[in-house]
Amino acid sequence: MTIATPASTIAIRRRRQPATPYLLLLPAVLILLVGLGYPVYWQVVTSLQEYGMMQQFGAPPTFAGLDNYARIFSDERLLPVVTRSLIFCLVNAFLTVAIGLGLALLMKAVHGAVRITMQVVLLLAWATPLVAAVTVFRWLFDYRAGVVNWLLVQIGLDQYQGYAWLAQPLTFFVVATLVIVWMSVPFVAMSLYAGLTQVSEEVLEAARLDGASPAQILRHILLPLVRPVLAIVLLLQIIWDLRVFAQIRLLQDAGAPISETNLLGNFIYELGIGSQDFSGAAAVSIFVLLLTVLLAAPYVRSLMKEDAA
Amino acid sequence: MTAATETGTGVAAPAAAPAVRDAAAVARRPRPRVGKILLGALGVVLSLVWAFPVYWMLLSAVTPDARLRADTPSFLPTHFTLANFGSVLTGSGFGGALRMSLMVTLVTIVLVLAFAFLAALAISRWRFRGRTSFVLAVLFIQMLPAEGLFIAQYKMLSTVGASAPVLGLNSVLGISVLYTAMLVPFTIWMLRGFVAGIPAELEEAAMVDGLSRTKAFLRITFPLLAPGLVASGVYAFLQAWNEFTTALVILPAESRQTLPIWLRSFLSASANRGIDWGEVMAASTLIAVPVIVFFLFVQGRMTSGLVAGAVKG
Repeated sequence: MTIATPASTIAIRRRRQPATPYLLLLPAVLILLVGLGYPVYWQVVTSLQEYGMMQQFGAPPTFAGLDNYARIFSDERLLPVVTRSLIFCLVNAFLTVAIGLGLALLMKAVHGAVRITMQVVLLLAWATPLVAAVTVFRWLFDYRAGVVNWLLVQIGLDQYQGYAWLAQPLTFFVVATLVIVWMSVPFVAMSLYAGLTQVSEEVLEAARLDGASPAQILRHILLPLVRPVLAIVLLLQIIWDLRVFAQIRLLQDAGAPISETNLLGNFIYELGIGSQDFSGAAAVSIFVLLLTVLLAAPYVRSLMKEDAA
Repeated sequence: MTAATETGTGVAAPAAAPAVRDAAAVARRPRPRVGKILLGALGVVLSLVWAFPVYWMLLSAVTPDARLRADTPSFLPTHFTLANFGSVLTGSGFGGALRMSLMVTLVTIVLVLAFAFLAALAISRWRFRGRTSFVLAVLFIQMLPAEGLFIAQYKMLSTVGASAPVLGLNSVLGISVLYTAMLVPFTIWMLRGFVAGIPAELEEAAMVDGLSRTKAFLRITFPLLAPGLVASGVYAFLQAWNEFTTALVILPAESRQTLPIWLRSFLSASANRGIDWGEVMAASTLIAVPVIVFFLFVQGRMTSGLVAGAVKG
């Protein structure tokens, strides 16, 4: 073992400094270029090309400008899909955050044992793999032997005898919302609860001594203090709920009308994998990617602040 | 009590309803008990509601199919059986899918940890030209949805697979590369926090004491990073194990399905002869329980790991 003197170490470090970080980044950059960079590039190029059946059989693609975009955005199937996706996304995101906030406040208010029970149960739901969760909900809402229909009939709602939830678009989305809210609330509740525990007991005690009611403490102290977390969590939820694909795909297997229950991700899947319209699928994908980047900008900005700190 | 009442009502907003004011006033003494008990009861009820789907999955998995089809469901394991698990495990597909899932997950974890660790080191220990752009790119990339990329990834792998099947559709390596690319950005970000939590001075002090830079890193910094690497590894495991969307597109062959895709086929196959929900729930349980146990187990470790990441001394 050679022991470098401090002086020579500094000299070595200074000489190496420019190259080392780039070498360390190289593997990550390469894998990102291969796994994501090239697909994005391909998508941009393909969305500008005529890529039909001829090209499937080897003919070189021809440049088509924005034809694909024009074609897809005038496609009568797209507007309902986009509208549906946006409504579904917003309803789910706000519902999730509202319930999550409620649970976080409840956890802050209740006794230790109840709080731990709630935390364990939330972790349980959080940890359940997506496919298993959706499968369980299909079973809960099974039209023949599902426990939900049984319960509804028990409380006197006889019309739910053998009711097929997943066969109608509206009730289909009710079930989809329940799955997604069930799965997503734990993250929101835990993040907000962590934010709430940052509020110091002294501040709350001082407010109480000054005679503030619980409602006032909530409105004037707790909510303003968790607002940054609340904003981030809501934004993430909107971004995540916009890309819902797997849950819908898995629920559609139960016999739902596909074209009336497709969201954006499912539409892309159907265009690309289903009908081999790669330029069309690429055009919609670019639209989704741009929308995501746009929505993600405030979140990324807040993270960059953390990086600078 | 009266003084508290006075202050309570004095500060209350004029718009507040009398009932709210009274509640606020009473909050001084008796309310914490009644109120806390009511809130506690609410907490328990909500916990039961949230736990019910998982309970129902476990219960149905150990109940015979005939009992599940009965007019009145039973809410306790009165007809306990392990037959459902037996038929899933001996049935076709589960073993193969398990092996596929394990291979994909393992390759992904190794690649993600190696690549992300090196990159995290670079961005937290060096200030260099292009660093900010790199961080910015990483943060945006981690937000990109698989749903906006899978068509291109499918085309890419099918083209590559024509000349190099080990990297094409249905290959372990092909999908692992895609998973790695998807997970590396967030993992870099996560590890960056851990690396930044260990002051470079520690390493420098060790070098002053006579260790080489490599040795100082391996003996001082690396052990302190272990919790961070474990946390990132668990994150990668959960993501790769549960991933559905990309696997659906990239692994179309039935013999190459990972567990989530296999579960879907299993359910569809079962639907042809009237779904055997006992078996389907047993299959779901087999996929979910290891993940849940693992998650609950490391959850505590991960939080304490985050705390322990702050250096003592």
